[in-house]
Amino acid sequence: MATLANDFLGIRSPNPFWLASGPPADKEYNVRRAFEAGWGGVVWKTLGEDGPPAVNVNGPRYGAVWGADRYVVGINNIELITDRPLELNLREIKAVKRDYPDRAVIVSLMVPCEEQAWRRILRQVEETGADGVELNFGCPHGMQERGMGAAVGQVPEYIEMVTRWVKAATRMPVIVKLTPNVADIRYAARASRVGGADAVSLINTVNSITSVDLDTFSPEPTIDGKGSHGGYAGPAIKPIGLHMVAEIARNPETADLPLSGIGGISTWRDAAEYIALGCGNVQVCTAAMVYGFRIVEEMIAGLRLWMEDKGYERLSDFQGRAVRNVTDWQHLNLNYTAKARIDQEVCIKCGRCYAACEDTSHQSIAIRENRVFEVIDAECVACNLCVITCPVEDCITMESLPVGAVDPRTGKVVEGYANWTTHPNNPEVGGEPPVS
Amino acid sequence: MKRELALSNSISTPGVAAGRLPARTCEENFADLRPPLTAHEAAVAAARCYFCHDAPCVTACPTAIDIPLFVRQISTGTARAAAKTIFDRNILGGMCARACPTETLCEQACVRQAAEGKPVEIGRLQRFATDALMARDRHPYERAGPSGRRIAVVGAGPAGLACAHRLAMKGHAVTLFDARAKAGGLNEYGIASYKTVDRFAEREVEWLLGIGGIVLELGRRLGGGLTLDGLVDDYDAVFLGLGLAGVNALGVEEEAAENVRAAVDFIADLRQTSDLSTLPVGRHVVVIGGGMTAVDAAVQSKLLGAEDVAMVYRRGRDRMNASGFEQDHAASTGVRIITGARPVRVLGEGAVREVEFAYTEDGPDGLRDTGETFRLRADQVFKAIGQKLDGSPGGLALEGRKIRVTGPGRTSRKGVWAGGDCVAEGDDLVVTAVAQGRDAAEDIHAALMV
Ligand SMILES: Cc1cc2nc3c(=O)[nH]c(=O)nc-3n(C[C@H](O)[C@H](O)[C@H](O)COP(=O)(O)OP(=O)(O)OC[C@H]3O[C@@H](n4cnc5c(N)ncnc54)[C@H](O)[C@@H]3O)c2cc1C
Ligand SMILES: Cc1cc2nc3c(=O)[nH]c(=O)nc-3n(C[C@H](O)[C@H](O)[C@H](O)COP(=O)(O)O)c2cc1C
Ligand code: SF4
Repeated sequence: MATLANDFLGIRSPNPFWLASGPPADKEYNVRRAFEAGWGGVVWKTLGEDGPPAVNVNGPRYGAVWGADRYVVGINNIELITDRPLELNLREIKAVKRDYPDRAVIVSLMVPCEEQAWRRILRQVEETGADGVELNFGCPHGMQERGMGAAVGQVPEYIEMVTRWVKAATRMPVIVKLTPNVADIRYAARASRVGGADAVSLINTVNSITSVDLDTFSPEPTIDGKGSHGGYAGPAIKPIGLHMVAEIARNPETADLPLSGIGGISTWRDAAEYIALGCGNVQVCTAAMVYGFRIVEEMIAGLRLWMEDKGYERLSDFQGRAVRNVTDWQHLNLNYTAKARIDQEVCIKCGRCYAACEDTSHQSIAIRENRVFEVIDAECVACNLCVITCPVEDCITMESLPVGAVDPRTGKVVEGYANWTTHPNNPEVGGEPPVS
Repeated sequence: MKRELALSNSISTPGVAAGRLPARTCEENFADLRPPLTAHEAAVAAARCYFCHDAPCVTACPTAIDIPLFVRQISTGTARAAAKTIFDRNILGGMCARACPTETLCEQACVRQAAEGKPVEIGRLQRFATDALMARDRHPYERAGPSGRRIAVVGAGPAGLACAHRLAMKGHAVTLFDARAKAGGLNEYGIASYKTVDRFAEREVEWLLGIGGIVLELGRRLGGGLTLDGLVDDYDAVFLGLGLAGVNALGVEEEAAENVRAAVDFIADLRQTSDLSTLPVGRHVVVIGGGMTAVDAAVQSKLLGAEDVAMVYRRGRDRMNASGFEQDHAASTGVRIITGARPVRVLGEGAVREVEFAYTEDGPDGLRDTGETFRLRADQVFKAIGQKLDGSPGGLALEGRKIRVTGPGRTSRKGVWAGGDCVAEGDDLVVTAVAQGRDAAEDIHAALMV
């Protein structure tokens, strides 16, 4: 039987599913129940320095985007770090770790940008017996205005500096949590690494306004008629998370930096994808908030079943297997040629492919008698839009032309691999510049 | 007094009797067959629509309502805009949402029917949208400036109403005549009660007339006080939406026996009775026919408390005009469906007691008796073997036994148009009548405005 046992920076957990720092892991009551439900670990809701705790709004702190049948596509939040006293959180962390020695307990931290403040809190965390710390450089709201969270995460020099302080002050493994609200995630990852981070986790939430109330003209979530940008999370942000993880994993400067994948993970499949892009484990927040802790049962069973089907015995058997297939556009094979194929047996004749291709692609689908839809190979550029719009899975597929075949669209023979770097239209190669 | 009497009866009271069921039970039996969708249900149902290109459902709708558009409008929270999309094509979209056999029209064509046997619930979504707009106290259409033309529309059923509305919208002055005491045609006197609860037919007519420019004259009968020649002389154009007022005869012995009636008359009484527990029904009911009218008479007899209801059709089930959905509905109400048998004799002294049937076989040269017969007990017999035109009004050319029309409802006489059940085209459905009435109005308008 395949094992999901996870070793991340020497921190062991029975499976790679951790609850991300947030409401699901913000107090002893939740974390105990999460562990009973089967979660492999938690990153405790971010702690701040000793003193009066952060305060939250007393109205809606979440907004959402829904799909059909109230499916939650994404949630944004304007919640701050923990609003409970530091001492209470530390006491609870200690008690939980004592009772669940086989689970990972990581403590997320965010204190002002002063070395002493970090030293103080690290000493206190060490006393709890927690397995490690995660530096929250990602919170996009409320804290960054006070020079914390994303205010640090958006400046690589600060990331490096604070990480260095932390590494100097503790022997606990240090994970730096990154914000996606930057132009190029690689700078933040590199700075974490230079500062001595043992790993980075990403992504934190994405700056967002989920909607505007058209009666009151206020953004959601609304507090007394006003709203503030909040952090977007859930299924909608998964593509952003996957991209950022891949950028770090394939950058030679950070290729060996352990990654904890976060962002829109709701099913075993999402988790497997993050792991395939190099993550050593994954963290989940929104999916647990929407469906409760029990989803981890599906995640555990699903990942194991898939691994067994594929013959993988442990996570490391497939971890990072997708990284080498992420490349730059100019290295894609420009000779690769495909055509859309419509399986008439399963086609339900809705004509969505036709509307899509006719109105916004290459006018490559013909309607024959009795609503038979056919691809015109001489026009099809294989853009994939028809596949995307088709409501029947696997009805429209892409078929690649073998090398040596003639592409009816261009009249040219399909040749072997060649990319933009040698393409005659590439000005740097000396050919004609592309017409725009 | 009547009510007390009614309450003392039960399903096994012999003969024909009222009050076989308590009033409450009766009311429950006749509740909405397909209850309205809640807002959330509508959102979920609407989200299932694929917004097909040149959608097959639109082609399948006789009035060609832009279904994908109105469904999308519901899913974006604008049910009233959706209703406008519906009414633009079909001003009786409210009744059609309730009465259309969608399982043989739009929903049958839905690609999700092909994909998974579960079409988008177009009918119920249509009701959701039209209800939303009709609940507003303003009629959604405005009339064009007066055209100075006067048009007579005879028959205030679906065909006549649709025609009158479209003409009024174009600025013409319409006089709408109907022989009966109430407008609506079979919407008011025919459609099964559980399809159009809460006086919907009546409310819909009131709402439709809200456009203005239509003078309704009830109790006025073509062939009675009115003549076609007279109308042609007095008006710029005439539209006939007469429906089929006559009822086909069984052509069997003792047809005139007591308690042998036309199913449509029974249904008309039923539709006009406010407390259904006062309406008499037989203990043993036999309905003869295989169409929608037969199903409706049989089912409603059962719902009134008849102990035993049989619906007898002379051919096989596959030839029945009633859709699979309707046949199932009848069967699930407890109606026994007997096929391949035709009535040969009505027995009984005075009132009917039994009906004798001959088994039939459908062969190469038509239907023939097998020689075997059987009898069914019957305290009441309903004939539902089709309606017919009551003679040709004003000597118009007929085709078969209906008014011949060409194109959008042009009859053999210049200046006279016709549509709905009375013409020899299209299915006998509310939606077809609406389409024909509407198209004739457009043609009349085009003819008058040259
Ligand atoms: C019992 C029954 C159930 C049905 N159920 C359904 C159903 O569920 N769904 C569906 O789509 N269809 C159903 N139908 C069919 C549908 O009712 C008809 O197709 C539709 O009503 C036809 O509309 P129309 O305007 O042509 O005629 P009608 O509705 O028959 O209206 C004709 C009008 O003309 C008037 N009229 C007739 N002769 C004269 C005259 N000489 N002078 C003045 N006025 C006259 C009548 O009083 C009547 O008001 C049903 C029919 C019956 C009988
Ligand atoms: C309500 C809410 C509160 C959060 N609070 C914190 C926090 O205190 N510290 C932190 O590092 N991340 C916080 N996050 C971010 C999550 O840990 C996670 O990075 C993000 O939600 C993306 O993952 P998801 O798509 O699984 O939710 C919060 C997220 C949500 C939705
Ligand atoms: S792949 Fe693109 S171009 Fe080709 S048929 Fe599909 S939509 Fe049209």
